[in-house]
Amino acid sequence: MATEQTGAATEPVLGVAPPDVMVAPAAAGTTPPLWPPVPRVVFVARVIIGVALSAAALYAPFYFQPTMNRVLSQAIYLAIAAMGLNLLLGFNGQVSIGHGAFYGVGAFTSAILMIDYGWSFEPTIIASALLTGVFGLLVGLPALRVRGLYLALVTLGLAVLFPRVAQKFVDGTGGRPLLRPSRKEFSSLIEGLADDQWVYFLSLAIMVALFFLAWNLTRGRVGRAMVAVRDQELAASTVGVNLAGTKVTTFAISAAYAGVAGSLSVMVDALADGTNPVLYFQRSIEFLVAMTIGGAATMLGPAVGALALVLLRRNTQDLIEGKEILAPAIYGASLIAFVFVLPEGVVGGVRRLLAWLGRRSSAKGRPPTHPIPDDSHDIGGPNERT
Amino acid sequence: MQLFLEQVLNGIGNGVVYGSVALALVLIFRTTGVLNFAQGEMALFSTYISWKLTETGLPVVGAIVISMLIAFVAGGVLQFTLIRPMEGRSQLNVVIVTLGLFLAINSLAQLFFGTDPQLMPSAFPSGGVDLFGGARIQKDTIGLIVVLLVECLALWVLLNKTRLGLKLRAVAADPVSARLHGIRAGWMLMFGWALAAMIGALAGSLVAAERTGFDATLMQIILVYALAAAALGGFDSIWGAVICGLIVGIADALTIQYVDALDGIEVVVPLGLILVVLIVSPNGLFGKRTVERV
Repeated sequence: MATEQTGAATEPVLGVAPPDVMVAPAAAGTTPPLWPPVPRVVFVARVIIGVALSAAALYAPFYFQPTMNRVLSQAIYLAIAAMGLNLLLGFNGQVSIGHGAFYGVGAFTSAILMIDYGWSFEPTIIASALLTGVFGLLVGLPALRVRGLYLALVTLGLAVLFPRVAQKFVDGTGGRPLLRPSRKEFSSLIEGLADDQWVYFLSLAIMVALFFLAWNLTRGRVGRAMVAVRDQELAASTVGVNLAGTKVTTFAISAAYAGVAGSLSVMVDALADGTNPVLYFQRSIEFLVAMTIGGAATMLGPAVGALALVLLRRNTQDLIEGKEILAPAIYGASLIAFVFVLPEGVVGGVRRLLAWLGRRSSAKGRPPTHPIPDDSHDIGGPNERT
Repeated sequence: MQLFLEQVLNGIGNGVVYGSVALALVLIFRTTGVLNFAQGEMALFSTYISWKLTETGLPVVGAIVISMLIAFVAGGVLQFTLIRPMEGRSQLNVVIVTLGLFLAINSLAQLFFGTDPQLMPSAFPSGGVDLFGGARIQKDTIGLIVVLLVECLALWVLLNKTRLGLKLRAVAADPVSARLHGIRAGWMLMFGWALAAMIGALAGSLVAAERTGFDATLMQIILVYALAAAALGGFDSIWGAVICGLIVGIADALTIQYVDALDGIEVVVPLGLILVVLIVSPNGLFGKRTVERV
């Protein structure tokens, strides 16, 4: 019987890691078994959701027009940056409004390497990741001392500073900091795939790889250390977590994610733009918003949030004819509405629904000896002290 | 020497502006614990209201006072409808709401008042006053300084010398205990927002008059500098916000004049200042130290 197995198997889980020590157990990876035992309904629902999502992601570029594929590719790079921010803020509790700057460094690294040094695109992604990782390390060091709200402001400064630095040092089209690598550089390498489909699949492959990297990271020792530092820094240090090391490493990895996102944006938009003084600040905000509306400290959250955000932005743009000025108002209002309806993000909401279904299905049989740990209440509050 | 003095005065002129917006930020932060990213845009909207009122023939001072009253009510309403439901939720949610407000208010301002630059008349007499060393200071700037000093004094008296201020501080320190003592915490939080919106309206209207024409981007870069000033001051000191506003303004002006290497990237100055100060003293120049319990 399914319920009996579930009830019996839940015990060692709780025994290994009591919930009061580990917050957000499902997300952070509390337990050695790869698949923590869950009620059958929840498991089936997860499998269905997973298969449906993968199928949709693989089929989408053949179904949509090239313009829509570009929008989806934008959602993918946004998702990568949001994933990076999620590692930093969701799991480690360090706020950054400066990830737009790392994203910008990634974008300009790729564009400059391609235009001035004749690199092909793919290796520039690795160069961007390494360079932004180093930058992240450098920013992460003062972040050891500067925390919460202050860290938010210092990093905000980075995002405001970046376009000015680009303006001063980058000499692109017409003396302006605008780099446009030729579209030919990004043409499809696989026969039968159109250019826009190739761009989409390359972005998707990189996102999936980075997703599994983040997933592994958060489920292992490093991930537990990250969460422990987020929840109670002093207590974490007393049980032997290396505070400085954990925080700086997380910052570097997170910055590298944003850098890769920037690289991909050069491919998707064929452009690295430093002319708009608030663009990279806006990007920072978008990463933050994507992470929050998707669900902070969840694995799928950033991707879901990024997709929601890009579609929201696209559909509010031409919602009211002749009143394009109102688009940001509708966009802002929908953000507020999102937070009101789904305070834990889309993934948090789905999780809560699944937990409810799970409780219902187990209530039909024998009441479980241990209540199923409801991890949903811990999501979304990564930094109460700010 | 004359050049130096002029730059310092220039910096003070800007610094007063940063200080007054920082004051509103600090007030909301002190009374409700929220960092309001929409503060600048709320001030922008009120500035447009002041401008519209002067267009109808109202004297400038009257227009500003009316717009401050409107801002007071609107600030309270915003807190009641959008921020209060967030009580007990994650700080991130509140941040998203204020960012949503930032976008929404900015675009509504453009919708109602147009995108062309407008001219806000000044509340102070025009012209300048000669100082020693041959430097001149604009009467506008003197007016701003006086207004800011009066504002600070009034706020300080309100927070430290009145029963209302005591209640405000009690709610900020611990809403639950304050409620147990019979203080209406909800009202106090709303009052904090209303007050900050009013201060923002005043600051915005006076700043706009200093510029030759203002549009919907007026407050954006000011907000960055004001945030820097608030952070330098440690977020919970009224005088700290103002003094640090001046420090940021002067440092900025001197950098523009004397450091050619930073030409175009002067924003690095407030950023560097925050970093250095926070690394030396993690609670800002005027912030209180907190003890953490495990």
